[in-house]
Amino acid sequence: MSDMKHWRIEREADGLAWLVFDKAGESANTLSAEAMRELALALDEFERDPPKGLVIRSGKSAGFIAGADIGEFTQLASAADAKALVERGWTLFNRLAAVRYPTLALIRGHCMGGGTELALACRYRIVVDEPGTRIALPEVMLGIVPGWGGMLRLPRTIGPAAAFDMMLTGRPLSARRARQTGFADECVPPRVMENAARMKVRSGAPPRALPFLQKILNGPLKGLVAAQARKQVVKRARPEHYPAPYAILDMWANHGGNALAVPDGKPTSLDAIAASPTTQNLVRVYYLRERLRGFGKPENNIEHFMPKHLHVIGAGVMGGDIAAWGVLRGLTVTLQDQSIERIAPAIRRAAAAFKKKLRDDAQVRFALDRLIPDPAGQGARRADLVIEAIFEDLETKRALFAGIEAIARPDAVLATNTSSLRLEDIALALKNPSRLIGIHFFNPVAKMPLVEVVEGADSDPAMLKKGLAFVRAIDKLPLPVKSAPGFLVNAVLAPYMQEAMRCLDEGMAPETVDEAALAFGMPLGPIELADTVGLDVVVAAGQQLANAAAPPAKLMERVAAGQLGRKTGRGFYVYDKGKPQKNASGPAPDGLAERLLRPFLDAARRCVEQGVVADADLADAGVIFGTGFAPFRGGPLHYEQERGKGTA
Amino acid sequence: MSFKPVYIIDGARTPFLKARNAPGPFSAGDLAAAAGRALLARQPFAAEELDEVILGCASPSPDEVNIGRVAALRIGCGHGVPGWTVMRNCASGMQALDSAIANIHTGRSQLALAGGVDALSRAPLLYSRAMVLWFAKMAQAKTLGQKAALFAKLKPGALLSPVIGILKGLTDPVVGLLMGQTAENLAWRFGITREQMDAFSVRSHQRAVAAQDAGHYDEVMPLIDRDGAVYAADDGVRRDSSMAGLAKLKPFFDKKYGKVTPGNSSQITDGSVWLILASEEAVARHRLQPIGRIADVQWAGLDPAQMGLGPVHAATPILRRHGLGLNDLDAWEINEAFAAQVLGCIEAWKDADWCREQLGLDAPLGVLDEEKLNVDGGAIALGHPVGASGARIVLHLLHVLRRNGGKRGMATICIGGGQGGAMLVETV
Repeated sequence: MSDMKHWRIEREADGLAWLVFDKAGESANTLSAEAMRELALALDEFERDPPKGLVIRSGKSAGFIAGADIGEFTQLASAADAKALVERGWTLFNRLAAVRYPTLALIRGHCMGGGTELALACRYRIVVDEPGTRIALPEVMLGIVPGWGGMLRLPRTIGPAAAFDMMLTGRPLSARRARQTGFADECVPPRVMENAARMKVRSGAPPRALPFLQKILNGPLKGLVAAQARKQVVKRARPEHYPAPYAILDMWANHGGNALAVPDGKPTSLDAIAASPTTQNLVRVYYLRERLRGFGKPENNIEHFMPKHLHVIGAGVMGGDIAAWGVLRGLTVTLQDQSIERIAPAIRRAAAAFKKKLRDDAQVRFALDRLIPDPAGQGARRADLVIEAIFEDLETKRALFAGIEAIARPDAVLATNTSSLRLEDIALALKNPSRLIGIHFFNPVAKMPLVEVVEGADSDPAMLKKGLAFVRAIDKLPLPVKSAPGFLVNAVLAPYMQEAMRCLDEGMAPETVDEAALAFGMPLGPIELADTVGLDVVVAAGQQLANAAAPPAKLMERVAAGQLGRKTGRGFYVYDKGKPQKNASGPAPDGLAERLLRPFLDAARRCVEQGVVADADLADAGVIFGTGFAPFRGGPLHYEQERGKGTA
Repeated sequence: MSFKPVYIIDGARTPFLKARNAPGPFSAGDLAAAAGRALLARQPFAAEELDEVILGCASPSPDEVNIGRVAALRIGCGHGVPGWTVMRNCASGMQALDSAIANIHTGRSQLALAGGVDALSRAPLLYSRAMVLWFAKMAQAKTLGQKAALFAKLKPGALLSPVIGILKGLTDPVVGLLMGQTAENLAWRFGITREQMDAFSVRSHQRAVAAQDAGHYDEVMPLIDRDGAVYAADDGVRRDSSMAGLAKLKPFFDKKYGKVTPGNSSQITDGSVWLILASEEAVARHRLQPIGRIADVQWAGLDPAQMGLGPVHAATPILRRHGLGLNDLDAWEINEAFAAQVLGCIEAWKDADWCREQLGLDAPLGVLDEEKLNVDGGAIALGHPVGASGARIVLHLLHVLRRNGGKRGMATICIGGGQGGAMLVETV
């Protein structure tokens, strides 16, 4: 059909038709309004001249369908617009599901949101057995619901328990999991995928049926299942913060998975979701993430930095974890410390992490092959990037970098992971101080998405670019910051924790203080956070950042008693198997959350004013991805701004 | 024939880990990968720039038969660097070096990674022939009745007495002698006593201990296993080795009346060694700084029942080509398969009759100065991961020469099946 830009119909002599999605002018397929309209045109064509079978596949080299077009999503002006968008997909995919000829989705690479819902509307699904194949319904992470039939068809296809695991967490299925759960009829290697699609779609086999028990759970026992699932959700997300997961459960249990059927005024209605600031803020967070990911992207006319060999000095928890993460992301890493015995624990932890993450023993072996213990520090000669993560001592670091500079390649990036020393002071030891930048990871490295890339007074912009490219290459979110005490993340966290501990000095219970922060939406209370960071570290950071102010008394008592937090089994809380033993807390007193947040917000604003980060959005992004600051609030400065609007 | 020297750029090995009646912590592939990774990490060229990887291995496991290619990929040489495996029993590692030299000589290669490996602790247990036949019949049985009948015929004795793969490997397939029995032959021929063998062994341990303490084994790259355990040094070396202790051991190969015991034999061990070999052009192109060069190579064949004299047959022609006497060299490494075997070589060179009969020489070569021989101990103390040892002695010989300001040395090894290999090594 000549008037289709994004889809291509290819008919074969035997009556089979291929519908190829190849979004014009974009590298990934998104289901924009135009793409959806064209899909309807294609269905019109097949209605006029029905094929013997239809296979829907992607024309892109990577990925099936990335989901809806989030750009369109941000332009919704009203609840009516939102409903129209849901209605469009709901109706179109119902139409696809009702066609008389057999249909099959051939899924290779990512298959997200609307793409998954499209696939569910087909009679058969075949997934290609590759690591890149991921099937997800991540709507909940944007505060919305899978309204194009996902809530109707996913539980019907794989059973409600597995469906909720996907819809309420956004967690993806691998190709093999997709086959095991019953989402896919087959999981095949790429070399036979076309043949498998041809044979399956012409097989005449009935669609996969749900096992009897799952049918009951998805039918008469729906209410019970929804109540159970709700209990799980309450543990993770409060309804006043995150309405979407509750809406998904209600829509499935009471409205046949049809978002449009929920009456307006119900807290789980599309009206209510569209009106909630949570959705807008989560979309904002999505874009903040994209912006961070954009740092270190290849630029035209500049040879892109593609690090292959990383040399890490210091095999402690931080250095060892940076090394292991780099290996998991495909780098060869030499790991240096003063002796082989100091490196050994890092290898043990890496081996355990690789086993958990990669499972397949051959892959674990290849990963361990890429992690080279290097007590003599030979790897620094060949490395593309050298990161130092030793203990915080200026003279030692200076001596170290002077030695590294003498043997490293002239184009290699030299970076320090220091959080408390001045970059400029360390750089003095170098013949060319502009080579040194900061690359500041957070603990635990595997879980924390943010990495601060620190620009010293003399840092060479070319080296900074390489640093950003490196962080991007290892799938972390780079945040460019200027050299200043605590950079961004520690600069906002330290005064916040100090204020929380002052509350303890005034006689409040740790549970009460933490509850105030949790009720605000923080992932962890400030007292538990301090215990987690380590109270000795908190003291050191306080000395550096809080200047002359006296440290909280209770903090100093704990440290003097050697109770340093989670790592010693006791800090402000007592830890049993790593879990804090908390007493029930009463409701937090009015204004406590405000009081705790005040120093946090002030510090974030100060970082923008002083140019530590380039603008307020980057401060918000850094704080969200570096501290877990309540994402549904859209970041501290955004929160403050919105609140200002409210009171004004 | 003129021999164009080939440069040795660098070398490294794993610790040699003694087999302790159970599979060791590392597979042969693990050992080769770890040593190769550590060695290449300190080179000025990338692993992808190698022209080829050659690995000697006497008993690759069934899942990595071409272990040379497996190692190349695991070391990170990329898809484009060919890798292959050579097998010449105890000299497989030396054969790998010689194969690299040959390819460098013909211009096929400029820069090669060559070495040896074996993980003897992981040698397989094999089914006896009776069991293999039983399995074959079982595979053909169609009915349940036929299968039941076969089960009734199963002899637990056949099932529970596997053939130990490593003993098969250490038995000469032609003359049917265990390697230790060929050493007994030499002891008998040259009148070597049990006391001489044990004394030689104690000295091997003492020299190895002294070398370890002095840091003379810096070619050893420590290993870390998945549990974080560190393997820093050759762990078969015994500080408490003594004549009294060795005297307690019973003869193993010729039970009761023999002299060769586990204590005066090399140890069954896991380990891997790599050397980087380069042509003159490659040295210039990558601005390499060679640590030495291989100036001549000789292989020899002899009666399999006397295989331990292989070093005499291989090294002597090199000496004669270069007009050298035994003690004109600054250092010697003769692989210590058995104390009786090394002592046998020394005796053979002294023995006028033997030199005349076997080598066609008018006069014996004389007395090898034992102060120049295996100065840091040998396989009796360090262990003998069969495929690795031939490369190990070449690398360590060069370390010894450089340490003592020596110029030339000989590394030579006896080979099960009746062969010998020798390399003349020079510092640069």
